[in-house]
Amino acid sequence: MSGSDQGRGSDVLDAQDRQRFEQLVLPHLDAAFNLARWLLRSRADSEDVAQEAMLRAYRFFRGFHGGDARAWLLQIVRNTCYTWLEKNRPVELMTEFDEELHPQPSASPEALAIAGDNREHLTRALETLPPRFREVLILRELEGCSYKEIAAITAIPIGTVMSALARARQRLHRALTASTPQETSREL
Amino acid sequence: MSCDFTRTVLHGYLDGELDAARAGEFERHLENCRECANALGAEESLRASLRRVSLYEQAPVALRKKIRVALDAATASPAAIRLPAWRWLAVAAAILLVASISWFAVPRFRDSSVSSPVTAAEIIDAHIRSLLPGHLTDVASTDQHTVKPWFDGKLAFIPPVKDFADDGFPLIGGRLDVLNGQNVAALVYGRRKHVINVFVWPTKEPDTPIHPPGARQGYQWRHWRHQGMEFCAISDVSDSDLYELAQLIYQ
Repeated sequence: MSGSDQGRGSDVLDAQDRQRFEQLVLPHLDAAFNLARWLLRSRADSEDVAQEAMLRAYRFFRGFHGGDARAWLLQIVRNTCYTWLEKNRPVELMTEFDEELHPQPSASPEALAIAGDNREHLTRALETLPPRFREVLILRELEGCSYKEIAAITAIPIGTVMSALARARQRLHRALTASTPQETSREL
Repeated sequence: MSCDFTRTVLHGYLDGELDAARAGEFERHLENCRECANALGAEESLRASLRRVSLYEQAPVALRKKIRVALDAATASPAAIRLPAWRWLAVAAAILLVASISWFAVPRFRDSSVSSPVTAAEIIDAHIRSLLPGHLTDVASTDQHTVKPWFDGKLAFIPPVKDFADDGFPLIGGRLDVLNGQNVAALVYGRRKHVINVFVWPTKEPDTPIHPPGARQGYQWRHWRHQGMEFCAISDVSDSDLYELAQLIYQ
């Protein structure tokens, strides 16, 4: 959100804005909630943050000049989530892209199939990933975003979306297989 | 393990983000790279798992409702520009303040037979008007038996007229006046060299005692209702003098 968008945010929105918002932005509430839920790992907190993000989006709505409304909204949701995390769980944001990525073998398709077929197990594995890995996976796999959209939402250069996803998937493989004792030996 | 494609291009291929040339290049590579073939298989398997267990979490219905309410609250209604709640309170408080100030600052002598109440400002104006040369009395007489019949036929009521010369309030005369659009009787009394106007008009309101004094612009007044008549005595004399006359008339 640019400064000019914020400036326009102080405008009083009328019934026409409300109707446009209803048509363009509100249909993406599920996407907003889903992203918030996976970033915050809590449904209750996500309700609050998704509502706050939606209201912020509404206040900035006159700064939205058409285009991809879902990406525009998700960008606001993501920012609101990170602000919330900084305030409430600052430690979570400290484990970032700091790891020196050692080449890891991909888990075998069979191993992943076994590990990934359990919803709880998959959820736990996703939640162990640092937020910046988690979000690209959620946007790509659950939301079906294009690289261009992911770049817009997460504010990373479009050229690095592919490698960000590659690393996130490798992390997920490890998280899935690491927590499955019988698969540990294969990974090492 | 050594294949760079596994860590990068494979994902673009998996996600359908490669252009045709690069996709073709990767497919040719895939034919000869077991590592990439395995990795691609693993990613496709994982993607299938993610879809199968449906991790997507939809917004609760209650949240949708809450947001709609909040959006409505943040929207100006077509009828009126929306003000924040505290501003409405401020506006309401200001209106209330002005209303209460005018209520107290402008005493009203209510009379149910009159469409709207007589105000102190009108009483004062009428009193000042009476002091202009030639305006004080229509009938100049110290004789109550002259003044009282004079009103007969000129008003729809007969005001009580008494001379209180013995008490230091000689009757000077009487005249017709108009307060708030209705004809009233004005009785004029003297007090040393000062003039007291006593306005009298009929009322259906119950009797009251003599109200506490009002004062403005150097004038004092006393107001009361007694036996179907409303009285307002006004003058520049002291309130104790005014009160004394009011008590004499009230008896």
